[in-house]
Amino acid sequence: MSEHKLPMAESGAPPPPVQVESSSVRLVGTLAAAGAIAGLAIVLVFQWARPRIEEHQARVLAEAVTEVLGGPERWQTVFLESGSLTTAPSADTAGLDRVYVGYDVNGDPVGIALVAAEAGFQDVIRLIFGYDPGSGDVLGMKVLESKETPGLGDKIEKDSAFIGEFAEVGSPIRGVKKGRATDAHEEVVMITGATISSRAVIDIINHRLDALRDPLGRFWSSPRALGAADAASPARASGSTSTRGGA
Amino acid sequence: MRATTPREDLLRGIWRENPVLVQLLGLCPALAVTNTVANSLAMGIATFFVLLGSSVLVSSLKRWIPKEVRISAYILIIATFVTIADLVLNAVVPDIHKALGAFIALIVVNCMILGRQEAFASRRPVGRAILDAVGTGFGFLIALTLMGSFREVLGNGTFLGVRVLGEAFEPWIIMILPPGGFFTLGVILLAFGWWKERKVEQVRPRRWPHGVTTGVGGA
Amino acid sequence: MEAPRFELTASPHIKGPDSTPRIMWTVVATLVPVVGAAVWYFGPSALLVISASTAGCLLTERVFGPGGAVRDGSAAITGLLLGLTLPPGLPMWMAGLGGVFAIGFGKLVFGGLGQNIFNPALLGRAFLQAAFPEDLTTWPDMSGPWSALRGDNLALPLMSADPVATVTGATPLGLMKFEGTDTELVRLVLGSTGGSLGETAAVVILLGGAYLALKKYLDWRIPVAIFATVALLSALIHLLDPSKPGALFMLFSGGLMLGAVYMATDMVTSPTTPRGAWIFGFGIGALVVLIRLWGGLPEGVMYSILLMNALVPFIDRATKPRLFGTGKEAMA
Repeated sequence: MSEHKLPMAESGAPPPPVQVESSSVRLVGTLAAAGAIAGLAIVLVFQWARPRIEEHQARVLAEAVTEVLGGPERWQTVFLESGSLTTAPSADTAGLDRVYVGYDVNGDPVGIALVAAEAGFQDVIRLIFGYDPGSGDVLGMKVLESKETPGLGDKIEKDSAFIGEFAEVGSPIRGVKKGRATDAHEEVVMITGATISSRAVIDIINHRLDALRDPLGRFWSSPRALGAADAASPARASGSTSTRGGA
Repeated sequence: MRATTPREDLLRGIWRENPVLVQLLGLCPALAVTNTVANSLAMGIATFFVLLGSSVLVSSLKRWIPKEVRISAYILIIATFVTIADLVLNAVVPDIHKALGAFIALIVVNCMILGRQEAFASRRPVGRAILDAVGTGFGFLIALTLMGSFREVLGNGTFLGVRVLGEAFEPWIIMILPPGGFFTLGVILLAFGWWKERKVEQVRPRRWPHGVTTGVGGA
Repeated sequence: MEAPRFELTASPHIKGPDSTPRIMWTVVATLVPVVGAAVWYFGPSALLVISASTAGCLLTERVFGPGGAVRDGSAAITGLLLGLTLPPGLPMWMAGLGGVFAIGFGKLVFGGLGQNIFNPALLGRAFLQAAFPEDLTTWPDMSGPWSALRGDNLALPLMSADPVATVTGATPLGLMKFEGTDTELVRLVLGSTGGSLGETAAVVILLGGAYLALKKYLDWRIPVAIFATVALLSALIHLLDPSKPGALFMLFSGGLMLGAVYMATDMVTSPTTPRGAWIFGFGIGALVVLIRLWGGLPEGVMYSILLMNALVPFIDRATKPRLFGTGKEAMA
């Protein structure tokens, strides 16, 4: 501040208004006090908002899981820890990959819902899909997040015919153009004009299944008491695998 | 600074010095999130709230804020309100919060808000600061809603999600894409400029010597 | 008092017979056969789409443009070229709207003829592509009789095209990109394939271009540079990876011919120096190959030209010829 007072004084300009220099202690003190108050205010609002935000997120997830598993009676989160699926991981669950296992009224598992994300045409597409490791069928698919071209690529979210293609389709899924479909079980008819986005959805599901096929299979063939122990009777949980389904 | 009446303080920001349409401030949210009326309203109201809160606080604390750190202090105050707005929107209207994405957090760097603190709230009494914030915030809200209405009606055939142009209307998808924001703003500014220029011409018909003309001829 | 009359004007003092309207109307004349070819292949739909886009351009120029600007012929060229880039089944109102946008936002907002940065016809096409992506990528099946409409051309203004009226086919580039199917070269050269109206008449376009180049109405370096780049690059890539299409397929498919001959050479939006023209053409060619082979879209001529249009001021500055007698230092 003081450097530019001199030349101004020399040039005969009117003297600058007297400036009270604040001490650095006061500067730091003011900012610290303001910061503390701001922090307090934010914490208070956060306390109020957090349960609402979490509740909403849980509701969105529950709706998605229910949708892609064809309305299971109940479902639970299963974590992927060191290459196998477990309901009771030893480490903190925050960093773990997870899937959602759905059960029917009898407590038999109907399928597993998996979230997956990969690059689409514009940006990352995040979706959830249901999978039945017993038959190898994909049960349903729902896009959670995408920025595909409105009116074209975003049909992967809105085109009910396309979404319907993913109900009970064999895996790995094979995308075919309209009019070229055969009766093969693993075929999905892609959206005309949005081939790239359609293919991305199919690839995302296939890649995720490729990566998790082993742990999913092992989890499925292991005593299903793993997931159902807390809900169903042991006798039922160890019942034959053929009673499952109804998705 | 010329003395202004309270009425002027309130009305100035709404029309004559509209932050978006005249001062061209806060264009980032105006271009980015006005693809639907609902998004525009949410962004306008959030900004309104931040501007009002910050102006009240800056104006009432102006005596205790040292000059050297005033910008940091303003930013701190603004950031606090933005974070609160962010949390509240996320808790109350999660879908709109998701659609607005990072642009809520970016209200912090909306130069319109910092500009009002530096140019007005830090020098005037609290009452005037409130009037100014209400006027400016409302002007911003109007501009955003105007853009959002154009873009949603043309780009989606709906207004606030209600179909207004009939089932067979073919939406102009470009209008809800980023380029549509630029075109809409451009067309609105064009109309504004044309209207203002015409008014100026009516007020001051200039007489020049024979054969000499000025101004934009032709069109 | 009558003062002696001195007329002080800047050079040039001797003018050739070429004027802007004369050049423009010549270009229009060479476009007539291209339009004819489009009508020959696609039937009355071609005429409807092209007249709608041209009407949109002329009307906008007449209403918002400077007086008498319609007569210089530039708006007519924009309209014809825009129409030629559109699919034959497009509703007429969309083609007209594209014309309004091309002239209004592509030319007049910049200050009219000679001031625009981007080729107006391509800007109009880009607008339509972003506004109505589905209609702009619906290619009609070419099996019907000649007189049949190739789509819902007569859809009411602002209303959706009736999807039942369109039987979709595919373009050679789309077939290549999404299905890996080749198209016979003879059909490509003669133009009996699906695609935009002006995509298909390679021979007619080349003849028109050659005439304009002879008259020096277009810079022959630009199309030559584009064709050479596309041919060499794609031949090279084809050699390394035979699953990629060869040079001839790349040259004769899509809108490359029309784009290289009539749009890249637009006097306003192309470089003025010979060296600049080579750079410009090379850039377009390279971008076309990149977008077609690795991009998300089957065709990239439009975006390639628009991107290079944006670089023209820089190319012009970088290739400014040195003034005779000045050293290298004076170039800065």
